[in-house]
Amino acid sequence: MFVLVVGGGKVGYYLAKELIESGHEVVVMEKDRARADQIADEIGSIVVAHDGCEGKYLGQAGCARANIVAAVTGDDEDNLVICQMAKHHFDVPRTIARVNNPKNEDLFRHLGVDEIISPTRMILGAIEQDIPVHELLHLAALGEGELEIIEAHLQSGSPAIGRAVGDISMPQGCSLFAVVRDGIATPLRPDMTLKVGDKVIAIGPSECEALLHEQLIGGDSEAVSAR
Amino acid sequence: MKIVIVGSGRVGSVLAEAYDADGHNVVVLDVSTRAFDRLPGEFRGTAIRGDGTDEDTLRRAGAGDADVFLALTEGDNRNIMAAQLATEKLGIAKVVAKINDPVRAAAYAELGIATMCRTTMQADAISDFIGLGALGVPGVIAPTGSHHGGVDHAPLAASVVAGPAGQGA
Repeated sequence: MFVLVVGGGKVGYYLAKELIESGHEVVVMEKDRARADQIADEIGSIVVAHDGCEGKYLGQAGCARANIVAAVTGDDEDNLVICQMAKHHFDVPRTIARVNNPKNEDLFRHLGVDEIISPTRMILGAIEQDIPVHELLHLAALGEGELEIIEAHLQSGSPAIGRAVGDISMPQGCSLFAVVRDGIATPLRPDMTLKVGDKVIAIGPSECEALLHEQLIGGDSEAVSAR
Repeated sequence: MKIVIVGSGRVGSVLAEAYDADGHNVVVLDVSTRAFDRLPGEFRGTAIRGDGTDEDTLRRAGAGDADVFLALTEGDNRNIMAAQLATEKLGIAKVVAKINDPVRAAAYAELGIATMCRTTMQADAISDFIGLGALGVPGVIAPTGSHHGGVDHAPLAASVVAGPAGQGA
């Protein structure tokens, strides 16, 4: 496999090193001459000291026969251009871009980048896993903020588990309208039974939160009375 | 017309001043507030410090309903990305990106954005002036294709491929 790595920062450097160790052919493009020399000293003469955004230099680095181009510079716009040039100009079958701003992910995908790696998104995901999920999550405020859309993640201690939706008493003006189960959102019907792991989406006035908490999360509240 | 200009450099500020004087609604973005020193005191448009490759920033700046979007920063790739955001995500009809690398300028015109290359424009003008004949390079290269290539997939916003952009205002 011939992999062209564009960007000789930490990511590019270790990527090239690992790929070489597993027997792949690698070329690294790094426009900063000093950095390029440093990489060449450490892992061999596989470095092209030119800007990988320029079509001419991509060609010189062998882009036309690359199986994969990995754009791992620190700038999203550079990574996008590298992948687009590789794809449209050199017919590279697989392009991979590092993306810093998670908001750019769908633009990049839409513009034809095959694989998008977002370190920001990954770290965000890891942090969110540590946030207690048994609380109610505020998804959005509607109107002047008097109504809220709230998600409740049902855990094993929840009083709502095993009960039909229609049997759960809801505070005035508050309703449960959808459930996300195994990643699929379904409108809630009164005869549906709630299960552990369900994410129930509710809408209601913000002062209903305590009651919603009792019904869907349970725990500290004395009002597990609904049982 | 509502005209968004990303990059308040020499070209950006000259156009901002001219369009503003003509009564258009002009929004200028630049990452450096110092760049706004180039705008005249009587500029009535909006000058916003922000990154033109950031969708949130563009929307906050009101680019969502712009008629024209000009990406004129000093970075080719920043202009390319801003122009693609404007076309694909914001659905702006007329988008021009300044791209000084001739290869990229030609390549992105094929991918659906109007591009303008200072390098070829100047080479062309010089060559013409000294009588060695114009190189036959167009000013603004009108988009000829789209990034979709042959693949059929819907754009993110109702994308409109910009028509051939003239050089005049």
